[in-house]
Amino acid sequence: MQATQGIGKPAKERGVSGRTFRAAAWLGWQIESNWADPLIFFIYSVIKPLSGAAILVVMYSVITNGAFDDPMFAYIYLGNAFYIYVAAVLTGVSWTVIDDREIYRMLKYIYIAPVHVPVYLLGRGFAKFAFGSLAVFITIAAGVYFLNVPLDLSLVNWPLFAVSLTLGIVMLAMMGLVLGSVMLLIVNNANFMGEAVAGALYLFSGAVFPLSILPGWLQPVGYIIPISYWLELLRRSVIGQVAESFPTFSQFSDIQLLAILAGLTALFTVLGFVVFRYCDHQAREKGYLDRYSNF
Amino acid sequence: MDLAIHTEKLARVYKLRGNKKEAAKELVALRDINLDVRRGELFGLLGPNGAGKTTLIKILTTLLAPSSGVARVAGYDVASEPEKVRPRINMVSGGESSGYGLLTVRENLWMFAQFYGIPSKLANERIKQLLDIVRMSDRMNTKSSDLSTGLRQKMNIVRGFLTDPEVLFLDEPTLGLDVEASLDVRNFVRGWMEANPDRTLLLTTHYMVEADELCDRVAIINGGQVLACDTPANLKRQLQSDVIYRMEVSPLNDLQPEALEALGGVRKVSHEAQDGAAVLELILAEDDALGSVVNMLTGKDIHILNLQKREPSLEDVFVNLVGHSMKEAESDANG
Ligand SMILES: Nc1ncnc2c1ncn2[C@@H]1O[C@H](COP(=O)(O)OP(=O)(O)OP(=O)(O)O)[C@@H](O)[C@H]1O
Ligand SMILES: [Mg+2]
Repeated sequence: MQATQGIGKPAKERGVSGRTFRAAAWLGWQIESNWADPLIFFIYSVIKPLSGAAILVVMYSVITNGAFDDPMFAYIYLGNAFYIYVAAVLTGVSWTVIDDREIYRMLKYIYIAPVHVPVYLLGRGFAKFAFGSLAVFITIAAGVYFLNVPLDLSLVNWPLFAVSLTLGIVMLAMMGLVLGSVMLLIVNNANFMGEAVAGALYLFSGAVFPLSILPGWLQPVGYIIPISYWLELLRRSVIGQVAESFPTFSQFSDIQLLAILAGLTALFTVLGFVVFRYCDHQAREKGYLDRYSNF
Repeated sequence: MDLAIHTEKLARVYKLRGNKKEAAKELVALRDINLDVRRGELFGLLGPNGAGKTTLIKILTTLLAPSSGVARVAGYDVASEPEKVRPRINMVSGGESSGYGLLTVRENLWMFAQFYGIPSKLANERIKQLLDIVRMSDRMNTKSSDLSTGLRQKMNIVRGFLTDPEVLFLDEPTLGLDVEASLDVRNFVRGWMEANPDRTLLLTTHYMVEADELCDRVAIINGGQVLACDTPANLKRQLQSDVIYRMEVSPLNDLQPEALEALGGVRKVSHEAQDGAAVLELILAEDDALGSVVNMLTGKDIHILNLQKREPSLEDVFVNLVGHSMKEAESDANG
């Protein structure tokens, strides 16, 4: 087809991913920071994560009679704090499908635009990651300041922390892509599914208790969930001796854990794009891209 | 020939999931559609509710996979090369309210320009220009959630034109707009097409006048099939030898319109009941047939309240092809 003068040139096919990601992240940021009232914004971004942590702290205190010096406390507290990323990134990426299709009803217009839809979903998740980081930081700071979580900045293994965090965030984003792709095919109850997944992961990923507490036959569930390895690495890098007090993963060295995490991240990256391809095809086959469920 | 849209035996079947008692069913929304739209044409798809117009647009815009057959847009296959089609098209569906409500009108539009890789400066110029044309410049910085439904639809229409697509699809663009806004949109569509002879636009409508006034060619579609496809003038010319009367009468009571159709020289009769009266549209092969229609009506004690002879319209073309009026076709589809 010859180029025709005057017609807007078709969007360049190079640089699609970059512009998709930027515009999607911009949109995500607008949505996340869209608080007309600074007070509500403050409550949302500060009080919410803290109140989540507070519930845990109270429960812990009642059960253990206030044994805040026990390494178990720091273990739980950190696991819970980093778990904020799971909710933010994993559901942030996958949720975009539901939000755009059913609430904004714009998914079809995004779809017919010259964008990479998976990159668009990841971009939308990026803002959630940024706000999630703020919540994680506030939660950990509050733990150190008020509850004596034994964090010593000079003892933190920063390189391990940085690599683990980055790999883990990529992995969570890709798990979100898998979940979001599946949501393309679920017209009803898709929101229920997201919550079920996040809830199940919370219980079995060693976020709030070491896997060794689980009955023996349930422990394998924890070892299957990639998030378990990631949380362990973050704990080890931030407060080494706490992680050592629990033998769950003690058979693995840092490097071994890191290799497992890297492998899982690669696996989910491949899986994310493969599952997306399949679900995208199916959704167009079935005409689900502009179907609205009845909430 | 330079074709903007080309379909060959295009068909779409929806699988309807049955509930527990019923088995799954299949619904044929499009069957064997062969359609060629030339580059530069303003092409209309005219048909009643459920005819398959939106289904066809969804396939052509890569949102829906065809069940069988081929569809090409701007030279590329929609099923196997969607990534080639998408940069060259855009689509707007009317009668729905969508948009990121928390963004302003300008932000909504700017973001879409970004998705299409339009430089920010050019995007902002176009946004200003287009909003001017639809008389919405004063709403540029209003959050789109604060717009009325009609204004949001205008914003959506601007989104379609903003990317200056090679082929633009408008699905009932004036649905739900008031008379003045519809006129704005129609004028705008016309102007946009005139400004560049390489642009192609396909619009669906079930307003006869819109199709008649606006489109270079029209395909009349019903029950998933294209019944006729030609310029509005040619379509109407088929009825040139016919005579068309619009007759307002007292209620028909037990008289069936089919009984009138059985009379010699009467080709088609469509009937619409209004409160306390009925409107008959009569397509007659010759003037003389009117006498026997009048006779039958008076024989049944039906009074003629008003009688008008008029030029054939696309509505008549539709009635002639389908056997009943568009309104009747729609109540069939819904019933
Ligand atoms: N997602 C779907 N699943 C099942 N059936 C569908 C679906 N979408 C459309 N249909 C059916 O396909 C047929 C054609 O629908 P379509 O929306 O294409 O009609 P239309 O010409 O656009 O009508 P309208 O003027 O009401 O917009 C209808 O019978 C409709 O019920
Ligand atoms: Mg429609």
